[in-house]
Amino acid sequence: MNLNKLSKEKQKNVFSKILEVFKTMASKPSGFIGLFILVFHVLLAILSPYLAPYDYKAIDPTLMLQAPSSEYWFGTDSLGRDVFTRTIMGGRTALTITFFGSLIALLWGGLLGIFCGLVGGRIDDVVMRIVDAFLSIPWILAMLLIVSLLGTSIEVLIPALGFFYGKGIVRVARAATHDVIAKDFIVSARARGHGNMSIIWNEIIPNVRDAILVEGAMRWSWMLLGFSSLSFLGFGVSPPTPDWGLMISNARGLMSFAYWSVIAPIVGLSSLIIGINLTADAFAKALGIDRSTKAPV
Amino acid sequence: MLFLIIKRIFLGFITLFIVSLITFVGTEILPGDACTTYLEREAYGAALEACYKRLGLDIPAYERYISWAHNVVQGDFGYSLSGQMPINEVLGPRIKNSMVLASAAIIIGIPLALILGIITALWRDKLPDITISTITIFAMTIPEFISATLLILIVAIWLQWLPGIVIVPTDVTFFELLPNIILPVIAIAMIMTAHMARMVRSSVIQVMASDYIQMAILKGVPYWKMVFKHVLPNALLPAINVVALTIAWLLGGVVVTEVVFNYPGLGRLVIESISNRDLPTVQALAIILASIYVSINLIADLMTFMLNPRLKSLQIRK
Repeated sequence: MNLNKLSKEKQKNVFSKILEVFKTMASKPSGFIGLFILVFHVLLAILSPYLAPYDYKAIDPTLMLQAPSSEYWFGTDSLGRDVFTRTIMGGRTALTITFFGSLIALLWGGLLGIFCGLVGGRIDDVVMRIVDAFLSIPWILAMLLIVSLLGTSIEVLIPALGFFYGKGIVRVARAATHDVIAKDFIVSARARGHGNMSIIWNEIIPNVRDAILVEGAMRWSWMLLGFSSLSFLGFGVSPPTPDWGLMISNARGLMSFAYWSVIAPIVGLSSLIIGINLTADAFAKALGIDRSTKAPV
Repeated sequence: MLFLIIKRIFLGFITLFIVSLITFVGTEILPGDACTTYLEREAYGAALEACYKRLGLDIPAYERYISWAHNVVQGDFGYSLSGQMPINEVLGPRIKNSMVLASAAIIIGIPLALILGIITALWRDKLPDITISTITIFAMTIPEFISATLLILIVAIWLQWLPGIVIVPTDVTFFELLPNIILPVIAIAMIMTAHMARMVRSSVIQVMASDYIQMAILKGVPYWKMVFKHVLPNALLPAINVVALTIAWLLGGVVVTEVVFNYPGLGRLVIESISNRDLPTVQALAIILASIYVSINLIADLMTFMLNPRLKSLQIRK
C-alpha cells in the first residue's frame, strides 16, 4: 500500500513537472508562438478531413487553375482540385511520419549512445567510427537510394527516417552519458552491486533524459524538412495524397500565372517548421540546455 | 602535435573506408540489382546472364568490392550504366559546376555571417539583434526548396531581373554560367549565413562574459580595440569547427537547390542517377560527397590545431 502511494506521488510529480516545463515555455513570446502554431497544426491534421469543404482528390477539368474566390478560397490547381482543401490536409502525412520517425530515432539513438558511453573501450570506438561514416554520407543520397529501391510506403519511410536521423542522437546521448558517468552516485550504485541495466535505467536515463529529448525535438523539425524535400523531389508521399512538398513541386511549373497554388502550401509547411523549431528552442531553454553553439549534425 | 595530425588524417581514411563498405553493402543488400532494373521485364534466362557477365556481376561480391575499391583508390570509378560512358567523364564538369556554386556561396556567406554575428552579439537584445535574429531564424528553418521557389517567383517571374531556371549545357564556360548562378548562390548562401551567424553570435557572447574581457573593460581598454584584439580571436576559434560541420551538412540541401534551379551540378546528378538506378554512379557520388565532408572537417580540425596555442603545449606535456 505504501509503495502504491509512493508510485502515485511520483506520477503526480512527473505530471506537475511536465506542466511546469510547458508553463516556462509559454511564458516567453517566441515559445508561446511556437506552441500555438504547433497545437494549431496538430489540431488541423486531426480535424481537417471533417473541415474540408471539398473532396481532396476530386478532379474537375472545367475548374482548372481558378483564381481564389469566395467559392474556392485558395483557388484551384492544374487538375481543378480545391487548393484550400488540399492545403489544410497537406500536413497529415508529414506530421504522422516524422513524429513516429523521431520517436524511433530517439529510442535507438538514445539507447545506443548511453550504452556506448557506459561501456567505452573497443566497442565504443567501433560504433563511433561507424556512426561517423554514416554521418559523412549526405542524408539525402542515402534516403533517396532506400526509397527508390524499397518504395515510398509508410513502413519504409518511418524506419528509414528514424534510422538516418538517429545517428546524431547517438553522439549527443554518448556525450551526456560521459558527463554523468564519473559522478559519485554512479560509483556508489556500482558499489551497491547494481548491474549495467539497472544503472542505465535508474541512474543514467533520468540524468541524460533532458538532453536527449531536446535533441529529439530538434531532429523532428529537421526530419520534417528532409521528408518534405523527399516529397518535393517526388520520392516521398505518392499522389493523390495531399502533401505540401508534393503540392509545391507540382504547382511550381505554373506559378507564373497561378501563384496561389504554390503560396498556400509554402505558408503551411514553413509555418509548421518554424513552429516546431520555436517550440524545440523554448523546450531546450525551459530545461536549461544551451543548443546555440551546436552544428546542425 | 605531428602525431595528433597524423592520427586525425588516419581516422579520416578509416571513415572513408567504412563509407565505401556501407555504400557497397547497401547497394548490394537492397532488392533489385543493376541488371534487373536495366532489363526490367526481360530480366530472365539468357539475357539476364549475359548482362551479369557483361557487368561482371557473376563473380562473388567481396571480389567485386576489392577490384572496385582498387580502381577507386586509383581514381577510376568504372562505367555508368545509363550513359555508357566513364563515370569520371560524367563527374568532371559536374564537380566543377558545383564547386563554382559552393565557393561563391562560401565567399559571400562567411564574411556576411561574421559581420551579422558580431553585430547581433555586441547589440544583444537591442533592436539590431532582434531584427537580424528574427530574419536568421526564418532563413534557417525554411526548407531550401521553398526559399529557392520563392526567389524564382519574386525575382525571376514578378520582377523579371534574372533568369529563374538554368538552361545551359553541362560543360559551359565560367562566364556563360555567371548570370545563371546568382539566384542559386543567394538561395544557398542565405541558409549558410543564417546558421553561421547564429553560431558566431553565441560564441562572441560567451567570450564577452569571460573574466579576461571583464578585466579588459575594468582596465579601460578602448571598446573597439578590445573587440578586435581580445574578443574576436578567442570567439572565432571554436566557431571554425562548427562552421565546417554546417557547410558539410548543407551538402544535402545543395542537392535540392540544384534540382529547383535545374543547375547542372553534382546534386542534380544524384537525382538523375538514382532515378535511372545507375548504381555505379550512385556509389561514386557517395564516396565523393563523403570525401568532401571528411576533408572539410579535417581542414577545420587542422586549422584549430594550428591556431590554438593551448593544444600545442598540451601535446608536448603529454
